[in-house]
Amino acid sequence: MEWLVSACFGVMIACGVYLVLRARTFPVILGLTLMGYAVNLFLFLTGRLHTNLPDIISPNQTRYADPLPQALVLTAIVIGFAMIAFLVVLSLRALGELDTDHVDGQQENPPA
Amino acid sequence: MINHLIVSPLLLPLLMGTVIILNANQPVARQRILGLSSCLAVLVITGILLFQSAQGPIQTYVLGDWPTPFGIVMVLDRLSAMMLFITALLALLCLAHAARGTDREGKNFHALFQFQLLGINGAFLTGDIFNLFVFFEIMLLSSYGLVLHGGGGLRTRAGMHYVILNLVGSSIFLVGVGILYALLGTLNMADLAVRMAAAPAENAALLQAAGLILFAVFALKAALLPLCFWLPDAYGFTSAPVAALFAVMTKVGVYVILRVYCLIFSEFAGVGAGLLSAWLLPAALITLAAGAAGVAGSRDLRRITAYLVIVSVGTLLAVIGTFQREAIAAAIVYLPHTTFMTAAMFLVADLIRRQRPDAGSELIPDRPVGQPTLLGLLFLTAAVAIGGLPPLSGFFAKVMMLMTVQGNNAAPWIWALVLGSGLLALVALGRAGIIIFWKLLPKDEPGTGRGTSHDPVPVYAPADVFPAAVLLCISPLLVIFGGGITEFAFAAADHVINPVHYIEAVLGPDRSLPLLYPFGGE
Repeated sequence: MEWLVSACFGVMIACGVYLVLRARTFPVILGLTLMGYAVNLFLFLTGRLHTNLPDIISPNQTRYADPLPQALVLTAIVIGFAMIAFLVVLSLRALGELDTDHVDGQQENPPA
Repeated sequence: MINHLIVSPLLLPLLMGTVIILNANQPVARQRILGLSSCLAVLVITGILLFQSAQGPIQTYVLGDWPTPFGIVMVLDRLSAMMLFITALLALLCLAHAARGTDREGKNFHALFQFQLLGINGAFLTGDIFNLFVFFEIMLLSSYGLVLHGGGGLRTRAGMHYVILNLVGSSIFLVGVGILYALLGTLNMADLAVRMAAAPAENAALLQAAGLILFAVFALKAALLPLCFWLPDAYGFTSAPVAALFAVMTKVGVYVILRVYCLIFSEFAGVGAGLLSAWLLPAALITLAAGAAGVAGSRDLRRITAYLVIVSVGTLLAVIGTFQREAIAAAIVYLPHTTFMTAAMFLVADLIRRQRPDAGSELIPDRPVGQPTLLGLLFLTAAVAIGGLPPLSGFFAKVMMLMTVQGNNAAPWIWALVLGSGLLALVALGRAGIIIFWKLLPKDEPGTGRGTSHDPVPVYAPADVFPAAVLLCISPLLVIFGGGITEFAFAAADHVINPVHYIEAVLGPDRSLPLLYPFGGE
């Protein structure tokens, strides 16, 4: 279980980093989205991996799941979503203003 | 007795920002009045808070009355009160400058400005590390809008890099916070400090990794090398009042580094003790050198000023990096000076740019500016203050910093780089002044720049130069009241360098005992 989850996290971060380093805005947005997903998964894991544990206090329970990471993930998801939406709009605007989707706003070898 | 003033620097901009959005289609004069009155009210409130904090102990504001460490807490100590006051004063003057025309270049400038203030003030006040992330995001999202305000290809390109870098930074921030929470089980900064001191040795590597991950994020905010390359473009291409306000945004990074690494990773922190002492000073010195090189090599007054922001961050963090009480006090004295003066230089550069229709703020010969005496005096004052010449405040603050780091092993490096960067700044600003005011083209000759040299230049009314002039007047005031400011800075440094005060204020007197007597003592 731990192997599976940490592999998920690692693969998503690796793909995210690779895509963020691309030279076009669309892959960069995808990469940031992937990194955001990976980080949300990581936050979720900070409450430790349990199965079948309640997070509501009851008299016949001694162990509980941690509810706080779930609240943190919710916050992080909302903020991340807004940021990605903003970045999509900004990329479209950059495409309109600079006539290229290159992240530096210019081609290295512009077509003659 | 709960002091509701503590939370008003957050609530007031939040409310006023929403009111301004409702007035988005009203004439701009109404938005200006709303925005300026909000800034004025926040300035009065933060002035009262500064006065209170100078007189008394650290105050806390428990949101929703949840007992700490379960709820979110706002903490007002001397340092955060000072930062709030600096931000409020700077914001009022920047908005006054923007109200002379910059705010008409696009929509919603005033609403974004208020939300920007909400984010900055929140980052200074919060005592909860996840809440710090949230305020960082509010601050950044508003700053994206402000950086891009007015549009244009250069701004869009610089803004793109700024946004992407900060989004990556936010993800990394969450990883750091997640590790801390997973190992220590709390997000309240004071509680984190207590639990860090008691953390078992097998968690040392992970906790130190979390601390350094967070440092990377804060270094991106503060623009430490190698994370400073976004700054010259973002600050150089955006509108002047926004760049001037952002002079305090990098200081948010400096403040958070000072707060987190003197509290959670302080000398009492057990496995996390003294985490940054090996990293901060060299990184800051390299940043200082790179910033000075940028100042010397830039060919545009606005970019020179942007590099001066990097120099100022490098200087502050180099002095803070010694982690000695006196040096931190000296940095706290230098902080208002450097924030106000770089902001003033951004505004002066904007005034000069608008009266040089052909060359703008670029350092190439052009026809004379419309009001050479006025602009020349403003520029000279700003340059003298930034270069650290007497009789203005830069000189005294720098002397104090150099005196207080003398005992440190790295003192020769700090002396050499601080003095060298001051010299380079003087040379660069002197050259800029010579080209702008003395190296003139004949009146009938067309220039070589981008503009058309036959545009009429604006003639400035007193209200146009008022914000920049007031910012510059702060410098002699800092000298005149230097004694009181120095005393205040030492008291603030006492509270920062010794985390026990902070923890007692937030968690009560009995929780900070393990820090003082780690071996069960008395």
